[in-house]
Amino acid sequence: MNITIILIILLVGAILTYLSGNRFASKVAMLFGVAAAIFSVALCLKYGAAGANFSIDWISKPNISFSLKADGLSMAMILMTTILLPIIILGTQSREFKNEKMLYSLVMFMVFAMVGAFLSSNALLYYVFWEMSLIPIYFIIVLWGNGEIVKRRKAAMTFFLFTFAGSLFMLAAIIYMYTKTGSFQLEAFYNASLSQTEQIWIFLAFFLAYAIKIPIFPFHTWQANVYQKAPAIGTMLLAGIMSKMGAYSVIRWQLPVTPYASNEFRTIIVILCIIGVVYGAIMALRQDDLKRFLAYASLSHVGFIAAGSYALTYDGLEGAVILILAHGFGIVGMFYSADVIQTRMHTLTISKMGGIKEHAPKFSVAFFISILSSIGIPLTFNFIGEFTIMFGLYQVNLWYALTIGTALFLGALFMLRMYQQVMLGEPSVNPFRDLSKTETVVFALIIGVLIFFGVYVKPVTDLVSTSLTEIVMYINR
Amino acid sequence: MSTLIAISALGIICLLLEIFNLRKILIPVTLIGLIAVLGLTVTEFYLGQSFLGTDKYNMLVATGFSQGFSILFIILAVLILAMSPKFYQDRIDKIADYVALKVFLVAGAVAMVSFGNFIMFFVGLEVLSIAAYILAASDPKNLRSNEAGMKYFIMGAFASSFILFGIALIYGAFGSFDIATVAIASTAQAGSLPIWFSLGFVMLTVGLMFKASIVPFHFWAPDVYEGSPTLSTALMSTLVKVAAIGALFKVVTILSVAVTPVYQIVLIVLSILTMTVGNVTAMKQKNIKRMMAYSGISHAGFMMMTLLSIGTSANTVLYYAAAYSLAGIAAFAVILGVCRGKDNEDMTNFFGLVKRQPVLTAIFICALLSLSGIPVFAGFFAKFFVFDQMLQSGHLVLVIFGIINSIIAVFYYLGVANIMITKESETEEPLRVPFEYKAVAVIAISLNLLLGIFPSVIMGLNL
Repeated sequence: MNITIILIILLVGAILTYLSGNRFASKVAMLFGVAAAIFSVALCLKYGAAGANFSIDWISKPNISFSLKADGLSMAMILMTTILLPIIILGTQSREFKNEKMLYSLVMFMVFAMVGAFLSSNALLYYVFWEMSLIPIYFIIVLWGNGEIVKRRKAAMTFFLFTFAGSLFMLAAIIYMYTKTGSFQLEAFYNASLSQTEQIWIFLAFFLAYAIKIPIFPFHTWQANVYQKAPAIGTMLLAGIMSKMGAYSVIRWQLPVTPYASNEFRTIIVILCIIGVVYGAIMALRQDDLKRFLAYASLSHVGFIAAGSYALTYDGLEGAVILILAHGFGIVGMFYSADVIQTRMHTLTISKMGGIKEHAPKFSVAFFISILSSIGIPLTFNFIGEFTIMFGLYQVNLWYALTIGTALFLGALFMLRMYQQVMLGEPSVNPFRDLSKTETVVFALIIGVLIFFGVYVKPVTDLVSTSLTEIVMYINR
Repeated sequence: MSTLIAISALGIICLLLEIFNLRKILIPVTLIGLIAVLGLTVTEFYLGQSFLGTDKYNMLVATGFSQGFSILFIILAVLILAMSPKFYQDRIDKIADYVALKVFLVAGAVAMVSFGNFIMFFVGLEVLSIAAYILAASDPKNLRSNEAGMKYFIMGAFASSFILFGIALIYGAFGSFDIATVAIASTAQAGSLPIWFSLGFVMLTVGLMFKASIVPFHFWAPDVYEGSPTLSTALMSTLVKVAAIGALFKVVTILSVAVTPVYQIVLIVLSILTMTVGNVTAMKQKNIKRMMAYSGISHAGFMMMTLLSIGTSANTVLYYAAAYSLAGIAAFAVILGVCRGKDNEDMTNFFGLVKRQPVLTAIFICALLSLSGIPVFAGFFAKFFVFDQMLQSGHLVLVIFGIINSIIAVFYYLGVANIMITKESETEEPLRVPFEYKAVAVIAISLNLLLGIFPSVIMGLNL
C-alpha cells in the first residue's frame, strides 16, 4: 500500500467538505476522517514497526524530493492523529457553527498538514507541512473563537508570530544543514558531520521552534490566551495534536541530528522542563477559567513529555512517546468536558459551577476517569508514560526523577481540586442535562483507549521500539 | 530580438486601430497579440535560436535569462491589460493611448534585460520610464495623479542621467558600448582598471537602484504609488520593479569585476536597510497602496541579495520576481475591485470584506500569505531559494535579517487579513466586482500557487 494515500484522503476530504455545503460538511468530514483512520490502522497492521518509504522527485535545483517515511514512530503519531480526528468531529458535530463547510474544511486541511509533517523524511517537505498547519488554526481561532474579537485577534496574532518566528530560525538551520550535507534527506542529516559550534547553533535554532510549539517554559506565554480564545474544536486540535508535533519533531529531527549539543544542553533543558511542570501546576491552581486551567495543566504535562525526550535515554524517549499518545487522547477528553459544560452552563468560570454531579451521573463518571488518567493513576495510559519518563530521568540523575515526582503530586492536587469545585457541592439550581448519545460515544472511545493501553501497552512499545533504538544510536554516536 | 520587434509592432498596431476607429477590438487584439508573442518567446527559448537569425551589431542578445524575464513581463502585461477596459471605462476614448503606452513599456522592459549594448540598454530604460511617467499622470483631472507623475518624472530623470553618465564613464574606460567587449576587457585588465570604470559602475547601479526603489533611493515610491491611478500602480510595483531588478542583475553580471569586497559590504548594508525600512514603515500605513509600496521596497531588498552570488542565482532572482509580481498582481486586482468608485484606497474600504465579497477576500489573503512567505505559495520558495543562495555563499547575516524581516512582514500582512475578517463594515450588501478583475485575480493567484507546487518550472530552467 502506498502511504501517500492517507494524505490524499485527507486533502480530498478537505476539498469535498468545502464543496458539500453547510448542511453536510460535518458528515463528509466525518466520513473522510473515518476513512483516514481505517487506512492508517490498515497501514499499521501491514507494515508494523518495519515501516514503509515513498519517494518521488519534486524540485530539481536544489535537489528536493517528496519523501515520506512511515516507520513505527511516525505510524504511532499518525494513528493518534487520524483516530482523534473523527472523535473530535463527532464531538463537535451537534454544535452549531456559522459557515460549517469552511470550519470543517480547515480542520481537515490542518490534519492533512500535520500528518504530512509526521510522515516527511525530507527536511524541506517537513518544513512546508509544518508551516502549512499554522494557517488553518489561525483562521479557526480568529473566526470561530470565544470572547471579544479584539482580544481574540490579539491572541491569535501572538500565537502566529511566535510560532512563525521560531520556525523561520528552524528553516535557516535546515538550509545550513543543506549547505553542509548537500541533501535535505533525513538520513543525510543524521549522518552529517558537524563541528561542535555548528551543532550548538543548529540545536538552538531547532529548539526555538519546538520550545514555542510544545510549549516549554519560558516560551509558553502565548498558550493560555490562545487555548482560552480558541473554539473547542480548535483547542482540541492545538492541545491534542499540534503540540505533539513539536514533541515528535524533537525526537525525530533535533536530537539525532545534533547529538553533541543535545548532551551539552541536556541539564539546562531538563531543568527548564521541570520548572515548566511545577510552574504549570502552580498556575493551574490559581485559574478561575476552566479552559485556562486546562491550558496550564497541559503546560505541566507537556513539560513532562519534553523532559522525557531531552533525558536522551531510551526509556525517556519511550516514555515521551507513550505520554504523547496518552496526553493526546486525555487532553481532548478534558477539553471536550469543558465544552460540554460550556454549552450547558454558558460559562467557564470555575467558581460559578458546582453540583453538576447530582444532575449528570454519566458525565461525572466520564469526567472523573479523564481526570484520573491525566493525574496518572495506575492502569491508565498516562501512568505508564509518566512512570517510564521518571525511570528515564532517574538514569540521568536521581534528583530529576524526585522533583518531577513531587510535581506529579501537585498535578493530582490541582486536578482533584478542580473536580471538586466544578462537579461536587450542593446540587445547583439550574438543571444540567446529562450526556447525549453521541457525547457518550466520544467519551467511551477516549476512555476506552486510555484504559486499554493502560492495561496492555505492549502494542505501542513494540511499534516504536525499532525507530527509537535507531534514534538512540544516533544520539549516542 | 524577434520578441522586441513583435511587441513594438503590437504597440503601433494599437495606435493604428484607434485611427481606424476599431476601438472595440483593441483589447482582444492586444491580448491575443501578446499571447502570440509569449508563444514565440517560449518557442525560441526551447529551440535555443532566434527566428530572425543573429544580429550582427550585437545590439540584443537573447540569453536564457533575458528570455525568462521577457516571458514573465509578457504574462504580467497580459494580466494587467485584461483589466484595462473596466478601469478606463469612464475615459474609454483615451484607452488606445493607455494600452499602447503599456505595450511600449513592455518593449522597454524586454530591451532592458536582453541588451547586448549599453546604448540599447539606455534606450530600453527610457522607453520604459517615459511610458511609466505618463501612466503615473494618466488621470489628468486628479491633482494627486499629476503630482505623482511630476515626482516620478523628476526623480526618474535624475536616475536616468546617473545611468547615462555611468555608461559614458564605462565607455571611457574601454572605448566600447558592447557588453561582450566590456566584459572581456574588464576581466583582462582586472587589478589595473581606471578609476572612472568603478565610478561609472557605481553610478550605473545607483541609477538602477533608484528605479528599483532600493533604500536610500526609495523616497519617491510611496507618493508615486499612492497618487497614480491604481492600475498604473499595479504596473509599476510589479512589472517596472522586476524589470529594474532584472536589469540590475544583468548589469552587475556583466561588470562583475567591479564587485569588490567593499562593494559587497555596501550591497549587504543596502539590502538590510531596504528590507528593514520598507517593512517597518509598512506597518504604520493606513492606505493600502502605500502599504503595498513599502512592502514592495522590502521585497526589492530580498531580490537584491541575489546580487551577492550572481554566478549561481539567475534562477533564484527570476523565481523571486515571478512569485512577487504574481502575488502583487492578484493583490492589486482585488484592490482595484474593492476600491472601484471610491476616491481613496484607505484600509477602511476593506473592513468586513469577507461578508461582502468572500472570493476576493480569500484571494487577497492568499496573495498576502504568498508575500509573507508561507508555504505552499511561491513566496515561500522564493525566500527559501534566496536564503539558500545566501548561506551557500556565506552571508549568514543577511539570512538572519531576512528572517527578522519576514516576521515583521507577517505582522502587517496578517493585519490586513484581520481587518477584512473581523472589522464591521458600514454596509452588509454584497460588493459587485467586474468579472475581469475577479478573473485576473484568480489566474494570478493560481499561477503563483502552481509555481509554489512545482518550483522546478523556473528553478529547472537552464538560464
